[in-house]
Amino acid sequence: MIEGISIYELLTVTSILFFIGIYGFITRKNLISVLISVELILNAGAVNFVVINKYLYPDVLQGMIFSIFIIAVAAAETALAISIIINLYRKISSVEVRDVETMKY
Amino acid sequence: MNYSLIILIPLIPLAVFLVLGLLNRKIGPAVSGLIGVSGILLSTVLSFYTAYQYFGVVGKVSGAYPTLVESVVWMNFTDTLRIDMGVLIDPISVMMLIVVSTVSLMVHIYSRGYMKGDEGYTRFFSFLSLFTFSMFGLVLATNLFQIYIFWELVGVSSYLLIGYYYTKESAVAAAKKAFIVTRFADLGFLIGILLIGYYTGTYDFGALNDPGGAILSNWAPASFMGLSVLTWGLILIFIGGAGKSAMFPLHIWLPDAMEGPTPVSALIHAATMVVAGVFLVARLFPMYFFVEDGFALQIVAFVGAFSALFAAVIALTQTDIKRVLAYSTMSQLGYMMLALGVSGYEGSEGLGYMSSMFHLFTHAMFKALLFLCAGSVIHAVHSNELKDMGQLRKYMPVTHISFLIAALAIAGIPPFAGFWSKDEILVAVFEHNTFLYGIGILVAGLTAIYIFRIYFGIFWGKNKAYEHSPHESPSSMTFPLVVLAVLSATVGFIPFSSFISPDRTGFEGHIDIPMAIVAVAVALLGLGVAWILYKKESEMVSRLTDRLGVLYTWAHQKFYVDELYLFVTKNILFKGIAAGAAWFDRNIVDGTMNLIGNSTVVLSRKIKGMQSGRVQDYAMAFVSGTVLLAILFIYLWTS
Amino acid sequence: MDILSLFIVFPLLTVLVLLGAKSLKQARLIALAGTIVQVGMSVNLLFAYLRERSVNDEIMLFTRDLVWFKDFNIHYSIGVDGISVALLILTSLVVLAGVFISWKMEELPREFFISLIVLSTGVYGFFISLDLFLMFVFFEIAVIPMFLLIGIWGSGPREYAAMKLTLMLMGASAILLVGILGIYFNSGADGGPLTFNILEIAKVQIPVEAQKLFFPLTFIGFAVIGALFPFHTWSPDGHASAPTAVSMLHAGVLMKLGGYGVFRVAMYLMPEGTLHWSWFFIVLAAFGVIYGAFAAIRQTDLKYINAYSSVSHLGLVLFALLMLNKTAWNGAIIQSLSHGFMTALFFALIGMIYERTHTRDVTRLGGLLKVIPFISATYVIGGLASLGLPGFSGFVAEMNIFVGAFQHPEISYRIASIFAVSAIVVTAVYILRVVGMMLMGPLKENSLTPMERATWYEKAGIFLMLLPIIGIGVAPLWLSEMILQSIQPFIQGVL
Repeated sequence: MIEGISIYELLTVTSILFFIGIYGFITRKNLISVLISVELILNAGAVNFVVINKYLYPDVLQGMIFSIFIIAVAAAETALAISIIINLYRKISSVEVRDVETMKY
Repeated sequence: MNYSLIILIPLIPLAVFLVLGLLNRKIGPAVSGLIGVSGILLSTVLSFYTAYQYFGVVGKVSGAYPTLVESVVWMNFTDTLRIDMGVLIDPISVMMLIVVSTVSLMVHIYSRGYMKGDEGYTRFFSFLSLFTFSMFGLVLATNLFQIYIFWELVGVSSYLLIGYYYTKESAVAAAKKAFIVTRFADLGFLIGILLIGYYTGTYDFGALNDPGGAILSNWAPASFMGLSVLTWGLILIFIGGAGKSAMFPLHIWLPDAMEGPTPVSALIHAATMVVAGVFLVARLFPMYFFVEDGFALQIVAFVGAFSALFAAVIALTQTDIKRVLAYSTMSQLGYMMLALGVSGYEGSEGLGYMSSMFHLFTHAMFKALLFLCAGSVIHAVHSNELKDMGQLRKYMPVTHISFLIAALAIAGIPPFAGFWSKDEILVAVFEHNTFLYGIGILVAGLTAIYIFRIYFGIFWGKNKAYEHSPHESPSSMTFPLVVLAVLSATVGFIPFSSFISPDRTGFEGHIDIPMAIVAVAVALLGLGVAWILYKKESEMVSRLTDRLGVLYTWAHQKFYVDELYLFVTKNILFKGIAAGAAWFDRNIVDGTMNLIGNSTVVLSRKIKGMQSGRVQDYAMAFVSGTVLLAILFIYLWTS
Repeated sequence: MDILSLFIVFPLLTVLVLLGAKSLKQARLIALAGTIVQVGMSVNLLFAYLRERSVNDEIMLFTRDLVWFKDFNIHYSIGVDGISVALLILTSLVVLAGVFISWKMEELPREFFISLIVLSTGVYGFFISLDLFLMFVFFEIAVIPMFLLIGIWGSGPREYAAMKLTLMLMGASAILLVGILGIYFNSGADGGPLTFNILEIAKVQIPVEAQKLFFPLTFIGFAVIGALFPFHTWSPDGHASAPTAVSMLHAGVLMKLGGYGVFRVAMYLMPEGTLHWSWFFIVLAAFGVIYGAFAAIRQTDLKYINAYSSVSHLGLVLFALLMLNKTAWNGAIIQSLSHGFMTALFFALIGMIYERTHTRDVTRLGGLLKVIPFISATYVIGGLASLGLPGFSGFVAEMNIFVGAFQHPEISYRIASIFAVSAIVVTAVYILRVVGMMLMGPLKENSLTPMERATWYEKAGIFLMLLPIIGIGVAPLWLSEMILQSIQPFIQGVL
């Protein structure tokens, strides 16, 4: 509970963060940028957990714990993604999204 | 009557057929010939014994020959309709037994010589036995369906025997043609049986032919297009009979059937099977006579008369001796049909019926003889064509005399057999209809001309330089000729009318002297014409044919009936309907099925582009979907 | 184990044993032994049936009922009457003949025989089930192995043929399933529980509106496999690509499921629907009879000729069923049997001819009677049987059908009947055409090389098919009486 700041303001911030992430995910051409956008989405989610926990159920801690989970998962996911991207780069010398669309039909 | 002996008459040939058919290649020709001949000999003896029993021992019961029936149920259709298998003994079936067994025996003996050295010898005898079995079954049939069954079986034996030389293209075509044309006629027969069976509730000859019975006293259970359904049924059955008996316009198979071995032509296509149609009408004669006052019988008479004339004219122009005989057969069958068609029922009014059966009997003898003689000639000169023959009387005396007797018989010269029966026919026709009598007497003259035309052509005519000097046939072939010649000369003296008449009572037959004089005069006239034209080779023939011009060409081309059929079958049925059906099936019906399959494929090709493989496209679709759903839910929530 | 369940269990046991087979020799011996036992079982069943029938006049004999899935009231419910017994014998004989004909199946023999026997299990099950759901399951079991058998062991455009056949039959199954469910959900019309049991449903009056809706669905669902025009096109392509034994089994047995299903399910359970729709399907069937015969005239591939002839002959089965009287029905059942034996015989012979001449094109063959007399003579006999010659089963069947059809006095039915009867001429044309071109006539190049005479196993297969054809044709009384008796309760249900 932070004085002078309502839950709506905080949620607005996280929503903006979330949609920036979505926008980035859809529009970026570079796989690294896409990865960064995914991080933004995840972080928006993590902050939401904290905020909602704090404002609505101040006497429990599950939200906090979940956000820590998300940070851990995000770290693992980033590591995995980066390793895929590096491997990809070794194979095709490119990290552009449009170069990796062979998985179709 | 001893039925177990009568049943043996058809069963012996059946057994012979099975034995020869199954052992085909395992037994030599000598054995198979012996089995075949002894089998039919046994049947012949039994047939004569049956005739003696029937006419001699049983005799007339209360003034009429009885109908004796013994049968077992073969299959049940409905509560009333069923197929029985059995034997029916009455005057005409006994007479047919005699005809079939005698001719068949002679042909069997003859074939031992004629077919000597042929590789299909055993097969030939087994098919002959199959035919004999079927023919016996046909004449002994107790009901319409049994007759139909054996009707089909004689048809198929005829098919097998015509196609006996199966590597010869023309024989195969002839066999096929014979089967299909008669099958087409049988379609009429079958529909007729079905109609009559439905409306009368029985197939039994006894019930159908009972003049005082419920069926014939109430012959119009229903009508169709102004005629009683029973009349329709009878007309359809006559179509079946006309097909087998080669009546116009269903005759086209008979001349081609001469592709078969000559003994087969003698047995099947002259003496026995082709008279099945006549026999069928005779078998149902009371029905034909009483239903709708004999309307169907009128048709029989006119078809018969026309066929007789039509065939006689064609026979004048053909050069293949077997074909001449084939058209002659058709012409004589026309006579028989004509006689049936003009017959009455009671007592001596049944003269037409009697004379028809009489002619059937005598014709079987002399026509079989003619064919066997022709076979003997062909055997000697290895050709069917008249132009390859001449002066053969010097080389083949027995054949010559036999042929002469047969020719005199068919031309109706007394005292040979044909005279007696033909005379009776002409009398019967004269009493009924003078127009038909005119046709009949004309045909009698033409008959004398065409038969003596080939007689003179073969045995007199010009001298030929033969490669191998022709010689008389072996005794196995001449023996049957002699026997049949004796029969042809004498069977006319049998008092037929006391044995056979429609109402079974029999009547006193007599010779109508003025009528007989006219008939004999016409026959002698024909003989004389043939003598002048053909005894010595003369210019007159070719001048005459030139003078006749188009008429001669038409007759020589058999009035283009074959071409008409060919056009209908080839162009309309095959190229039109059959090819149309095949095309329709492949393209329309199957095309529709393939269209359904293909359009699924095309659709999936169209929509698979949505799976672009770009993650961001999927994300875009996912997000917009989510947003849309969110908007939808919010809208639903608030309203 | 009751006498009927054995028909399902025993083939499956055979399949298990076959799994252990290591070579063609072992596989065919096991398959042969298995199928011989099947024939023994069906013959035994026939005698058991005749014995039981004389003391028991239930509609179905040897019934057995086990709950399979309680919530939907699905039972494992089996039983037979004379019709099923006759068809079971047909099946077992054709399967045995099929094993004989496949004696030299070099390619994946074990799998081939397994598929064959699984297929026959489906057919057996179909003929004995009294539960619609169970019947449907067996129907699918019978159809699926077909895909493998044609797709793997076939020739020519086999993928296309297998796909087409399976998809069309699956489509039919889908329609059929709707029909069956429609029956099921209306089976409680008189207040009882919903049921799949045929005998139970027959006692219930299904609402007329529902019958009018579901009869055509059920009918078409079954009739597709019975090659009803215009749903027959899977059959020419399927037969042409299938290996010999599969064609035999398919045309000889599998296509009989159609007529049987129509008879047992569609017509028996929905009599009002039948009456309402019969004119429509009679037109289709009668047209199919003559149409198939005409289409056969123009074919040059032997298997296509036979396939179209099947369309014609089986059209007659459906035609007869729709005539709704016992004579025609009797004819329909006998025609099913007769066609089963005849067409299996034909396919076997075609396979043998193909093996020796490497062509199925009649225009390229000639004079075979000289080279392979036994096979050719049998072909002639089969042809004569097929065109309805007396003394063979086809005649008995056709005459029952025609006489039955003529029992219907209405003029439009009569016209359809005359239409169907005239097929006997067209049939003669296409059969004699083949006989004339291929077996008779001068020898052509394909027939010049000396050929192997028929071997013992080929002869065995031929005789297995030929003897019943002649047997039924010469002495039809006992069979037709057995079938008539079984038809009785059905005819009372419909009329």
